[in-house]
Amino acid sequence: MSARDDILARIHAALGTAPAEVTPSAAEVTSGGAEVTSGGAEVTPGGGEVTSGGAEVTPGGGEVTSGGAEVTPGSGEVTRPYRTTSGLAQDELVALLVDRLEDYKASVEIVGRDGLVEAIRVRLDGKTFVAPAGLPSEWLHSSLAEHAVTDSREAPLGVDRLDALDAVVTSSAVSVAETGTIILDGSPDQGRRAISLVPDHHVCVVPVETIVGLVPEGFARLDITRPLTLISGPSATSDIELERVEGVHGPRILDVLIVR
Amino acid sequence: MTAVSLGIPAVPPRGFGNISELEPFPKYAKRELGNAQQRRNLTHATHTIRDKRLKVVSELPDWEALRDAGSAIKTEAMERLPELLAQFEEQFTARGGTVHWARDAAEANRIVEELIRAAGPDETGPDENSGATEVVKVKSMATQEIGLNEYLEERGIAAFETDLAELIVQLGHDKPSHILVPAIHKNRTEIRDIFLREMPGVDPDLTDEPRRLAMAARAHLRAKFLSARVAISGANFGIAETGTLGVVESEGNGRMCLTLPETLITVMGIEKVLPRAEDLGVFMQLLPRSSTGERMNPYTSLWTGVTPGDGPQNVHVVILDNGRTRALADRHGRSALHCIRCSACMNVCPVYERAGGHAYGSTYPGPIGAILSPLLTGIEAEENKSLPYASSLCGACFDACPVKINIPEILVHLRGEDVEERRSKPGARRLPSQFDLAMTGASWAMSDGARMGLLERGLPLGKAAAGRYGVISKLPGIGAGWTQSRDIPAPPAESFRQQWKKRDGSRPATDRPATEGESK
Ligand code: SF4
Repeated sequence: MSARDDILARIHAALGTAPAEVTPSAAEVTSGGAEVTSGGAEVTPGGGEVTSGGAEVTPGGGEVTSGGAEVTPGSGEVTRPYRTTSGLAQDELVALLVDRLEDYKASVEIVGRDGLVEAIRVRLDGKTFVAPAGLPSEWLHSSLAEHAVTDSREAPLGVDRLDALDAVVTSSAVSVAETGTIILDGSPDQGRRAISLVPDHHVCVVPVETIVGLVPEGFARLDITRPLTLISGPSATSDIELERVEGVHGPRILDVLIVR
Repeated sequence: MTAVSLGIPAVPPRGFGNISELEPFPKYAKRELGNAQQRRNLTHATHTIRDKRLKVVSELPDWEALRDAGSAIKTEAMERLPELLAQFEEQFTARGGTVHWARDAAEANRIVEELIRAAGPDETGPDENSGATEVVKVKSMATQEIGLNEYLEERGIAAFETDLAELIVQLGHDKPSHILVPAIHKNRTEIRDIFLREMPGVDPDLTDEPRRLAMAARAHLRAKFLSARVAISGANFGIAETGTLGVVESEGNGRMCLTLPETLITVMGIEKVLPRAEDLGVFMQLLPRSSTGERMNPYTSLWTGVTPGDGPQNVHVVILDNGRTRALADRHGRSALHCIRCSACMNVCPVYERAGGHAYGSTYPGPIGAILSPLLTGIEAEENKSLPYASSLCGACFDACPVKINIPEILVHLRGEDVEERRSKPGARRLPSQFDLAMTGASWAMSDGARMGLLERGLPLGKAAAGRYGVISKLPGIGAGWTQSRDIPAPPAESFRQQWKKRDGSRPATDRPATEGESK
């Protein structure tokens, strides 16, 4: 028996469910879903929080949970009585995000569309930096051109090259105000994960329409199969007597520009 | 222990690795109690983190709803485990990753070694056939559990821990004592001394200022990150719906490992799988606040198989059992697998605070360790027998746990299992008969008021035995184990029942003088 089949059989034994339908191969799981999980029903009464009805099939999980009536009693929708929208107006979201980011020792500035170019210029003036190929070219002041290099999946810079640069400028996909979290998803205006990691100074643009209130709202906006990096302030450690030290391996300086 | 249908041999095999006590908890703990520095560090650390946690938890009006959802999602995930793991495998594979399965520690270690060898030589290797000889690692409980570093070292592969605390522990030839802040038993001066002694090329004038120490670590590891070709990580979550893996961290060492090398090998316990992407909205609130007491940890990375042109192109996950199915088979204990390794239960535990993490022997210390280790090995494994007793059952861990694992209840259940097991083994290490007698005696006495009253008449004797400080420091017989590590106050001269009888027992309770409850 392969380790895979062995482990799955052990799990079935532990749960007291029938293994026959799930073991043949991963591909057949979809059809077997119903039989596999039906045994779970006897356990759920104890786990009262799981709703029994669960008419709605989970987003994206459709193929697998569609096993039908037998599945739902045991493994239907989990009730989600927690907050999924903050109800805050945009100004309040911005204020909250600023407060949280500053708490993490990031520096934050709110700029208008026409102020962005200057705000970026001031921060990168005299520094060598990398910008992802998809960053809007109008964001970069012409005077920065001589110190700029671009990077893309198709034409990536080596790590040594990145390590020799002072800074990086990127956009961002989603930001969560309540936790002060900026999320990059590898889109062309954010670039490969390495570029926002190796240089020591990250200038990050947050378009105001990408700000949400709560963590669940943030994930609802993302495609999680993209390479995601959640950033909440600069790198930090509290490993020595719990004293917080900013900037261990990630960028030690995080400048956030919120654009209205 | 478990009634299993289908005629499959009842209990899945135990786990192996660093999941066992090194010696019985009371013995180890007693020695650790003598380490005043460690106790000071621990008290400071646990109290600081726990205050921070309370503060950020109280910010969320829906914290209890999040805990309920977290608990329900984990319950669901365990019930649907075969289906979810197969779905995870399918998705991860479809996106260019490779899935491996390991029954136990030995198998997992072997798989990881083979993958490292297959990754091709690096500059430091003795010859081109040796494969990589250096790997960088993100802090991971699973790889610690299976003893991966030691295994690789024996085979000529150096595994560099890159989390600052893990680095301190590794350079100090030490063991982690806390799952979140593994070097918390060391103070800054001790850390400086370790760096001066063990870090090649370190500035000899290094001071013990935490910033200087952190920067020394940064410099030390930078070259490793930039040249490493293979990285090894654990996973905080695996999302079945999409085949996504996630690592939650603070320093950026995780991002370095997960992004820069060509090959990434992740070791993930079977219990880490979550059904849906949506579930991250719950756990990414529960985990940081419970763990470091922050609203959000500085960095979280999520990856799904291979992203062409971005990050490692050779991506593997090793799905690990190592006793987890055994824990799962224990109906009353299986919720221990819901643990998200936040360490909140450690930070509130009065026993952990005094004894420290090493006393638990296992990779998993504190209240969760006291249940998880014996569940992974089976309570009948000699080495983990004392762990379920390493608790005062005060319940603080249950209150703190973000996924509501009822640790005290499982502790009591495991104690029961232990007692049963000893009783059922003819000729084997049986329960001390005194213990048996005492328990039988107690239940006989307590079940009847008249018997209880008889016993209580013996109380003044206890008073006499206590001596002038009013404490008893040495009990005879079975009680000796209890007084080995603590004094007990002398019993009162009169029991509550006796006092009550002397008073007018018919008076309403509110009339009682306030001092009555304070019987010594
Ligand atoms: S048992 Fe609960 S409190 Fe303890 S580490 Fe696990 S999740 Fe955290």
